[in-house]
Amino acid sequence: MLDLIDFKGWLLVIIQTWMFVFLAPLLVGWLTWLKCHLQNRRAPSLLQPYRNLWRLFHKDVLLPKHASLIFRMNPYIVAGVMLIAASIIPLFVVRMPSSATADVIVLVGFFALAKFFQSLAAMDIGTAFGGMGASREMTVSALAEPAMLMSVFTLAMVAHSTNLSTVVETLIQHGLVLRPSLLFAFAGLVLVAIAETGRIPVDNPSTHLELTMIHEAMVLEYSGRMLALIEWSSMTKLMIYGVLICNVFFPWGIALHHDFYSMFIGFIAIASKLMLLGVFLVVAETVLAKMRLFRVPIFLSLAFTLSLLGLLSYIILEVGS
Amino acid sequence: MNIMSLPLSEQAILLFAGMVLFTSFSLLAQPRIVAAIRMFAWQGVLLSIVTVMVAVDTGLHHLYISALLTLLMKAIFIPWLLHRLVHKMEFQREQDILHHPVLVLLAGGVLVIFCYSIALPIERLGNSVTQPIIALSMAMVMLAMLMLITRHKAVSQVIAFMAMENGLFFAAVSATHGMPMVVELGIAFDVFVAAIIFGVFFFHIKDSFDSLDVDHLSSLSESDQ
Repeated sequence: MLDLIDFKGWLLVIIQTWMFVFLAPLLVGWLTWLKCHLQNRRAPSLLQPYRNLWRLFHKDVLLPKHASLIFRMNPYIVAGVMLIAASIIPLFVVRMPSSATADVIVLVGFFALAKFFQSLAAMDIGTAFGGMGASREMTVSALAEPAMLMSVFTLAMVAHSTNLSTVVETLIQHGLVLRPSLLFAFAGLVLVAIAETGRIPVDNPSTHLELTMIHEAMVLEYSGRMLALIEWSSMTKLMIYGVLICNVFFPWGIALHHDFYSMFIGFIAIASKLMLLGVFLVVAETVLAKMRLFRVPIFLSLAFTLSLLGLLSYIILEVGS
Repeated sequence: MNIMSLPLSEQAILLFAGMVLFTSFSLLAQPRIVAAIRMFAWQGVLLSIVTVMVAVDTGLHHLYISALLTLLMKAIFIPWLLHRLVHKMEFQREQDILHHPVLVLLAGGVLVIFCYSIALPIERLGNSVTQPIIALSMAMVMLAMLMLITRHKAVSQVIAFMAMENGLFFAAVSATHGMPMVVELGIAFDVFVAAIIFGVFFFHIKDSFDSLDVDHLSSLSESDQ
């Protein structure tokens, strides 16, 4: 087991977590930049998300008249949860002391916690949009969560562990094995990630169209630094899903030892993997149109079926009798 | 038999077999007829790829001929024929009605588990790489049957019927490394004729009811008068 009182390890955790959080807007900037270029528009600079956050942090906070404590606490809770969640994901190095404290099921729980408070805060002020957005978010997440857990269980069965760090390490040690189960789990997790981070075809992060928005409807009443925190945490969530997909299914390059050289390689590896993932995501978003809200349950049931198939094909095809 | 102890080529067989099963699921969930035809064609392509890989792995030459037959019939000829019929009847944008699509998908998952439990004793008999695929091929037959009973349009029922035949072929490849050549040629000819007869029937159904919904067939014409 990992040594919990490991000073160097905890220092690495802190560095990695802050890197995670501060690089998340850059990933969003990269996606926007790519998307603009694909659609023949003039792209904003890669640093534009940072500027937006900076601007929001320096604006005054306007609170609705009837806002209760939950509404005011929510941005801090959501941001805190995302920060903790980011600390347990291996970004460029495995075997960190923080990964021994929480496994991937706890990660799913963290996301549920953030969503719970977000929906409560959206309903708190009693506007129509808040309630509508909260109900939609809950619908989506209630369907996405079982699919994500299924795909996580597939991983856990392959690696015989639910600990993310151990999963990544085991998969590297297995080398190149063509596993049908991981292919299905990968496809299922990608669909869940698209739904959970509110990208096209489930939700469109760049519009505020009343009839179709899900996530944006919940945060309409926020302003100033509170809005900045919420936007930042949704960027971090996108980054978490991206890193999770890259590192678990394509773990090659991640540092297994805590020395400078392999960590540098690990950093380059994860940066290029995320850039490549961004290209795929943006191409998919450009090709696809946003689907009707009532088609989202079918989309998510496809994700569930894929994850279930992953689980089944592990048992049927890979273990043998 | 663990997948890690197999060579990469046999792992690839299992991977593609899994993908064939996935095409069965996506056929089950696909309400658009043109997209379902396309998915059926992909199933044929994947099936012939698996057959070729099994042929390479076992060194059985007659499997190459079956793979070629599958590719020509299931991946090119039948999809092309169905496509042409759909275009002729101007049904390109037609959708089948799917009641409870989520429930149907879950039932599909249950069927896969059922088939696995049934195929388990058969798998224990041998230790060839294709033994675990028997469960998948039985599941394909079952899934196609589920599609057959949940659909209303004649075209998607025909696709389901052909997908069932795909499952049987897959079972033959995985359990006994293919059927005797005479049987295989006979089945190919049967499928060929069936596809053409189905095409004629489509036109009859469409002429009589102005739609391809087979529910119209169950109401007696006398009772309307």
